[in-house]
Amino acid sequence: MDIFTQQIINGLVLGSIYALVALGYTMVYGILELINFAHGEVTMIGAMVCLAVIGALLGQGVDLPGVALVLIGLAAAIPACMALGFTIERVAYRPLRRAPRLAALITAIGVSIVLQNLAMIVWGKQYVSFPDILPAARLEFGGVTVTGLQIVIVAASCALMLGLWALVQRTSLGRAMRATAQSPDLAALMGINPDRVISATFMIGAALAAVAGVLVSAYYTQAHYYMGFLLGLKAFTAAVLGGIGNIAGAMLGGVLLGVIESLGAGYIGPLTGGFLGSHYQDVFAFFVLIVVLVFRPAGLLGERVAERA
Amino acid sequence: MIERWQKWRQDRRLVWAAYLLLALALALLPFAVGAVAGRGWVRILDFALLYVMLALGLNIVVGYAGLLDLGYIAFYAVGAYLYALLASPHFDLHLPFWLLLPLGALVAGAFGALLGAPTLKLRGDYLAIVTLGFGEIIRIFLTNLNAPVNITNGPQGVNLIDPIAIGPFSFSRSHTFLGVDVPGVHAYYYLFLALTLLVIFVSIRLQDSRIGRAWVAIREDEVAAEAMGINTRNVKLLAFAMGASFGGVSGGLFAGFQGFISPESFNLFESIIVLCMIVLGGMGNIAGVILGAILLTILPEALRYLGELQRAVFGRVLADPADLRMLVFGLALVLIMILRPAGLLPSERRRREFRSDASVLAQEQASLYDAQR
Repeated sequence: MDIFTQQIINGLVLGSIYALVALGYTMVYGILELINFAHGEVTMIGAMVCLAVIGALLGQGVDLPGVALVLIGLAAAIPACMALGFTIERVAYRPLRRAPRLAALITAIGVSIVLQNLAMIVWGKQYVSFPDILPAARLEFGGVTVTGLQIVIVAASCALMLGLWALVQRTSLGRAMRATAQSPDLAALMGINPDRVISATFMIGAALAAVAGVLVSAYYTQAHYYMGFLLGLKAFTAAVLGGIGNIAGAMLGGVLLGVIESLGAGYIGPLTGGFLGSHYQDVFAFFVLIVVLVFRPAGLLGERVAERA
Repeated sequence: MIERWQKWRQDRRLVWAAYLLLALALALLPFAVGAVAGRGWVRILDFALLYVMLALGLNIVVGYAGLLDLGYIAFYAVGAYLYALLASPHFDLHLPFWLLLPLGALVAGAFGALLGAPTLKLRGDYLAIVTLGFGEIIRIFLTNLNAPVNITNGPQGVNLIDPIAIGPFSFSRSHTFLGVDVPGVHAYYYLFLALTLLVIFVSIRLQDSRIGRAWVAIREDEVAAEAMGINTRNVKLLAFAMGASFGGVSGGLFAGFQGFISPESFNLFESIIVLCMIVLGGMGNIAGVILGAILLTILPEALRYLGELQRAVFGRVLADPADLRMLVFGLALVLIMILRPAGLLPSERRRREFRSDASVLAQEQASLYDAQR
């Protein structure tokens, strides 16, 4: 039972990171119907910028508590990623807004390749390790261990998601975003500038991705130019699981995917009599996704919408 | 210009002369390339042909039937592993090539239908993620099926695969024909060329067939297609199976040609690159797909010369060409797509859509959207 609780906790931590990244996918998809393949790379850039800033500060011999250093790194990573998200949309997606959707998918892949290789040239092919500056607080109750970082990750993700929810539901920008998602042309008639809303959407998604990138690199104590690919893939899976285009769905899908994955890693061996080892945790995640989509073809919370031409 | 082209096409003799010239050029190509750029480039040529077959297979699924498949490389993997396991010392089986080739098409086709079945209800991007998931599942199984029973030899892959041979004629050795020395890579080129031509022929015939038109109808509007009496389930499954069987054939050829395969050759990135080939070349148009496949196979290889280019321009190497290569590749993808959103050689239907007034198109879409509310 302890193992079970432990796996659930690990899954929640992983899942809240997935959810943060998934929100970026789902917001862009909701408005443009575009799979922003470069979003995982934005997460990676966020982690890398933060680590570079922390490394530079430590190199200068700045004597600040670890948490402050990470916060400074985060404060650099967020605007950097927002600028990146804005640029990506401007350069790669806006010229193709009226083109066939697959064309934009290909430019998204192209941007993703460019960002990956740029990061490789700038930060090298090695793993960049997260310096050991965060206090190693841990709570233990009844055989279950929770680290301070895990609590911070879940708390920060929840706070950000609540903030996003408030933004989308309560502010005029949020209303503009929802209107543009329903119909860009009608929204424009109501005095909304769809271009500006789309730019804002990309920047908000990128900011969330930056936070997720920093959290995930702190959690695994390393970052790598290739980390965005798998993280993006998982987050996109989470977004689809919840129903792509649906913000609550992305949160639910992210958390669910994280829990499924860590339970799969823990129990897939015993369940199959040792035939399948924990290497198969990704198989497990995709298998659940496929089963869910077979029974609910538009995801868990997605509405049944007909294909638009 | 177009009129002159059509007049020119009506002249049968000229057309035949053009075909003859093309055939001659294709026949002499490996020798010319080998003489100018070295034998390594003939090998790249062979790979380009493999990718043409692969891309034409995916073109059936994505280009004709409009089903976005991001796990297509799985069928390439199935074909390759089938060949590798049945013709290598791994199980000590050495089945002949002429048996393995159709078997590969059959098994991959069966896999295609099998994986297609649960996705029939899904549309657009949901389909994309499920096919992606299937592709990853197959790759993970290939990586891990070395225990408890060693089937695929795990991440090490399968070694010492039998080279392709028809009877006593092995494609891996040099042969002498009429006093001309034909190395193995050249022999493979001719084999792949023949099979590619066959695949092109099948693609062309499919395009104008009853099935091909049913695929296009489904792509354009599935509900309308169903109303016209098309059995969308069977026709979609057929698209998956057909596309997969092309992938299986080229996978088998890849295994025999390379002599070694490992799960890493079949990752998601490969699926994405094949998709890039068909979108970039011009989806649904056979000439465009061929162009895209050749271009995207040759481009990364040609970019290996970036180091020499830098030395010529700046006098020294500024950035490691190996690092710069994929960066330029990604930039090229973005640039080509922005400059030619419908692909380099768009299909006739696409071109017409693009010529129609954008505002009319938007209006149509808006009214369609209203109708669905």
